[in-house]
Amino acid sequence: MIPATGKPALAAKARLRFDRISGGYMLLYPERGLALNATAASILKLCDGDRTVETIVGELHREYVDRSDDDVRHEVVDFLEGLLKRGLLRVLG
Amino acid sequence: MTEAPRPYTLVAELTYACPLHCVYCSNPVDFARHHDALEGDDWRRVLREAEQLGVVQVNFTGGEPLLRRDLEVLVEQARALDLYTNLITSGIPLERERLVRLRQLGLDNVQVSIQDARPAESDRIAGREAFQGKLRVARWVKELGFSLTVNVVLHRQNLDRIEESIALAEELHADRLELANAQYLGWAFVNRPALLPTAAQLERARSVAARARARLEGRMEVVFVIPDYYVEFPPACMDGWGRRFIVVTPDGLLLPCLLAHTLPGLSFGNVRQASVEELWTSSPGLSAFRDEAWMPEPCRSCDRRAIDFGGCRCQAFHLTGNAAATDPACSLSPDHALIELARDEAARPPSELSALRYRTARASAAR
Repeated sequence: MIPATGKPALAAKARLRFDRISGGYMLLYPERGLALNATAASILKLCDGDRTVETIVGELHREYVDRSDDDVRHEVVDFLEGLLKRGLLRVLG
Repeated sequence: MTEAPRPYTLVAELTYACPLHCVYCSNPVDFARHHDALEGDDWRRVLREAEQLGVVQVNFTGGEPLLRRDLEVLVEQARALDLYTNLITSGIPLERERLVRLRQLGLDNVQVSIQDARPAESDRIAGREAFQGKLRVARWVKELGFSLTVNVVLHRQNLDRIEESIALAEELHADRLELANAQYLGWAFVNRPALLPTAAQLERARSVAARARARLEGRMEVVFVIPDYYVEFPPACMDGWGRRFIVVTPDGLLLPCLLAHTLPGLSFGNVRQASVEELWTSSPGLSAFRDEAWMPEPCRSCDRRAIDFGGCRCQAFHLTGNAAATDPACSLSPDHALIELARDEAARPPSELSALRYRTARASAAR
C-alpha cells in the first residue's frame, strides 16, 4: 500500500511520451509500451517525486470536479499500485 | 479484421559484425554476404521516417552495435525524436567513458547479454573470453543510472542452472531479466542437436522462473520465453508479419523480422532507394504474409488465425522448405511430426556430444 505521504516518480526504465497518432500518452519501457487513458496520463504527469499521493489526489480532484474525493483517491492509488507491481514506479520519502 | 498495421518498434541492426561467436545467434547464417552499407545519415533519416510512421521505440542492435563509431550520433537523433532508446549489446568492446557519453545523450536502457552465470561456460558459448567484461559493463550501466536488462539465452546446456542466472541478475540489480530460450532458426537451427532441451528440463526451468517472477515483482521484471518447439500453438511471431515491427538490416533492407531476407522468392526494398513509409506500405515482401490471403488450411479456417497469424514464416521455411506453410510448431500443422521428431531426439541421451558450430565470418562465408 502506498502511503498518502509517499512521493511517486517514474522508475528509471519508464518514460512518458505523447503519441501524435493516437492523441494520447504512452508509458514506454524496455520492449513494451502502455497506451494511457486521459486520467492515467494526468496522474503520471504529476508523479515528479516532489508531490505526495495526497497532493496528486487534490490536484486531480480539481480537474475532475464531478467525482468524489474518495473516488479519485481510489483511482489514483489503484493505478499507482499497478505500476509499482510492474516496477514502473518508485515511491520516495 | 485487425486494425491497420502501425509500427511501434524499429529494430536497427547497425552491423552484423560481432566480437562474439554465440552458437545460437539470431543473425542469418549467411550474414557475411551483407555489408554495413548504410551511412550515419541514412540511419538518421530512417529514424526520422520511422518516427513519422508511428515508431516510439528503437532497439540499436546487430551484431554488436558498439562497433559503429557513430552510435552516439544515432542515439542523439533518436532522443531528439523522443524515441525510447535501447542498446542491445554484448558489452564488448565498451569503455566507461563511452557509456557516460551515451547516458548524457539520453540512451534509456542497456541490455547486456550473458551466456551463462558460470564464466567458463559463458565464454565457451560465446566462443571467446568475455564474461568478466560483461559484468563490468552491467555494473557501470547501473552506476550511471540507466535501466539494465540482462538477457540470458537458454538451451539444454544451461537450463538446469537457471537459478544461477537469476541470482546473477539480482546481484547486478537488473531492472529486467530476459530468460529467453533459443528459437531454432539461423545459427540455433544449425546447432539444434546440441541445444534443444528436453520437455522435463523446460518444465522445471519454467517453474523456477515463475517463482522468481512472483518473488521479484516490482523489483525485477522476469520474462521467460519457451522455445516454439514446445508450444501447443505458436506465438504471434513479431506480433504478426509487418504489423508492429520494422527491422532494418546493416545493408538497408527493410524487413518484418530478423530473418525474412533468408526466405526465397520475397523481395524487400532498401531504405537507400525508398522511404520507410513507401517500403512499409508497398514493399512486396512485407505484403506477402500481412493479410490472411496466403494462409493454407488449417490456418485459413482457424479461430486463432488473428491471434498467431499462422506462426513464424521462417520456422515454416526452415522445417518444410515452404515459407507459406502453417508453422510446424502448431499442433494442428500437418508437418507437426517434424517438431515431435526433434523433441524425441532431444529426449534421447546424446550418444556423443554434438560439436558446436560457432558464428564466425569464415563459417558464414562458407554458406
